[in-house]
Amino acid sequence: MSGHQSTYEPKTGFTRWLDTRLPIVRLAWDSFVDFPTPKNLNYWWTFGGILAMCLGIQIITGVVLAMHYVPNGAMAFNSVEHIMRDVNHGWMIRFVHANGASMFFLAVYIHMLRGLYYGSYKAPREVLWLLGCIIYLLMMATGFLGYVLPWGQMSYYGAVVITNLFGAIPIIGKGITTWLWGGFAVENPTLNRFFALHYLLPFMIAGVVVLHIWALHVPGNNNPTGVNVKSKEDTIPFHPYYTVKDGFAMVAFLILFAVFVFWMPDALGHADNYIPANPLQTPAHIVPEWYFLPFYAILRAIPDKLIGVGAMFGAILCLFILPWLDTSKVRSMRYRPAAKLFYVIFVVVAFFLGMCGSRLPDDPIFGDGSIGFQLLDANLNSFVWLSRFLTLYYFVYFLVITPLLGLMEKPLAVPDSISTPVLPVSTPVMPAGQKV
Amino acid sequence: MLRKASVIAAFGLALAALSGVAVAKTSHEEPKDVHWSFDNPIFGKFDQAQLQRGYKVYHEVCSACHSMNLLSYRNLADKGGPFWNPKYPNPNESPYAKAIAKDFQVADIDNDTGDVIQRPATTSDHFKAPFANEAAARAANGGALPPDMSLLAKAREGGPAYIYSLVTGYVDAPAGLTVTDGKYYNPYFQGDLSSFWKGDPKKTPVGGFIGMPPPLQDDRVTFDDGTKATTDQEARDVAAFLAWTAEPHAEERKRTGLSVILYLVLFAGLLYASYKTLWRNIAH
Repeated sequence: MSGHQSTYEPKTGFTRWLDTRLPIVRLAWDSFVDFPTPKNLNYWWTFGGILAMCLGIQIITGVVLAMHYVPNGAMAFNSVEHIMRDVNHGWMIRFVHANGASMFFLAVYIHMLRGLYYGSYKAPREVLWLLGCIIYLLMMATGFLGYVLPWGQMSYYGAVVITNLFGAIPIIGKGITTWLWGGFAVENPTLNRFFALHYLLPFMIAGVVVLHIWALHVPGNNNPTGVNVKSKEDTIPFHPYYTVKDGFAMVAFLILFAVFVFWMPDALGHADNYIPANPLQTPAHIVPEWYFLPFYAILRAIPDKLIGVGAMFGAILCLFILPWLDTSKVRSMRYRPAAKLFYVIFVVVAFFLGMCGSRLPDDPIFGDGSIGFQLLDANLNSFVWLSRFLTLYYFVYFLVITPLLGLMEKPLAVPDSISTPVLPVSTPVMPAGQKV
Repeated sequence: MLRKASVIAAFGLALAALSGVAVAKTSHEEPKDVHWSFDNPIFGKFDQAQLQRGYKVYHEVCSACHSMNLLSYRNLADKGGPFWNPKYPNPNESPYAKAIAKDFQVADIDNDTGDVIQRPATTSDHFKAPFANEAAARAANGGALPPDMSLLAKAREGGPAYIYSLVTGYVDAPAGLTVTDGKYYNPYFQGDLSSFWKGDPKKTPVGGFIGMPPPLQDDRVTFDDGTKATTDQEARDVAAFLAWTAEPHAEERKRTGLSVILYLVLFAGLLYASYKTLWRNIAH
């Protein structure tokens, strides 16, 4: 898959035979054993491996859940409870799967923010970044579809709100929602197809992950300096150096995962989803899962339904076009102090957008509502107004700051190579006895 | 009819959510601060005697109106359940579960004649529901539907503390609040009382009207273990029982978690040591 010379030597008769027919062992060897990897990758780079693990966990637990789950409006809720109560270790499998979705999104957000900070989307890694964005989109679709399956109140009304977004499209919107529902409301046919698609999409994700890794192995990893690999001294083989480092990070991540699964399995969920779906009784407060909250806040920030939906999808579109929005020649923000500042503000803004998404739009931010900050007819002491300002920054960051900053800023000096910042110039390149 | 209503509800709801219009502002009193034997997320355990008392309250009081469809009689004798006894690892063989089940008559089909018959329940039967269907339940309860109790402790914010607060939280309606006929004012019940309040709109009482009359009184049940059956005790015990029915495997979950996390911490330590050893000569 990569440009470097293959060092694989088949040792047994069978592997020699196989290597001339299907060099799959060679492919694996070149990609995951001998693959030259920059030696300065920090822990933020371990999230790729963690994400692969998350996908594996979701698929394995998901397949087992599907053996017991019944995608039928009258039986779905109870079949999930059957898993929780009667299936051997069903409670564990189900909690791993439900919390696994949150862990998957937590990891993907860290992975994306790492790419954003270190400029991993810039040439020659644009396709790698685009494939990542597609994976993220597929993940959001899968997460949403999966949340509908337990057929609780939040499941049901989440499906109602999200499918109705398509109703905002002029002329054909109503037809599209009817087509999505398979009826004239969210009903049994909707649940059926959501289950089918929820089973399908993870395998599509797995397919795009293969492309993502392929696209990674052509230019090789970016690294915290953002400087290209210049020589052999800059790299070490993936195995054992990164298998052990990624392995440690994965297990550390699993500890956090296990804390949620075993000690606070419902902390990220919503009590209303333990009430069976009831089309005639709307919950007082409909909120999506935490990982959709920033986009939900953007959606609600805009009073016009169509523009709101457009803004929400636009927020994701910004990620897709980012490689062409960024004009900076320097990849890593380590050497871009101004960019670093705007980036930190962006992360804070995204976090607060999530907070806005979890609150009622008209709720006051400070006090009990008696303190207002009235500007004309707008009460700025409300979450809807906070989310409007934050939404504005979100788009300005991508569409204005990123293109302009690259042209205007003065970056710091960038090291000549990966090895120079860490190796004193006068010492030998490698310590004695160490082979790379 | 149902379909049409749900379409309207769906569109209205989506519009409300999208346009930023807050739906009806409901309010309720925060649940009382109650402590449970199972509070601790790692070591908390159910108190078996309390679960038995709670089952008694459920059986003698709540089950007159509330179903508990997700439980079977055998579950009562499951490991960690109110009538678990290590002598009977198979709950279906537990004399406790059998004795409890046989007092219920459940509908069945006679295999020989095909007639609908009533027979004593077995341990594998689900808890018998008090009403045949939703319409019957509503008809007997002034239009209100007593919710199924299996998951109640998970389906309400605050969990068992909410249930305890609700059943012990009935107070006289404040002057100026017109209570609907057949309803009861309860500050812990979520509702919107603004249209029933004749006073300063800013001082609308929190809480709502609930269809359930105050269910517990002192000595409503007689506990077999001699515990004094105060309203407070009954409420605590039944709330604890409902916490168990909502997630019968909670104890097993916490216990498994302890082993899993200990294992992972040791494994992470080994990996970290390997990592440090392997990388000791790599300048990075």
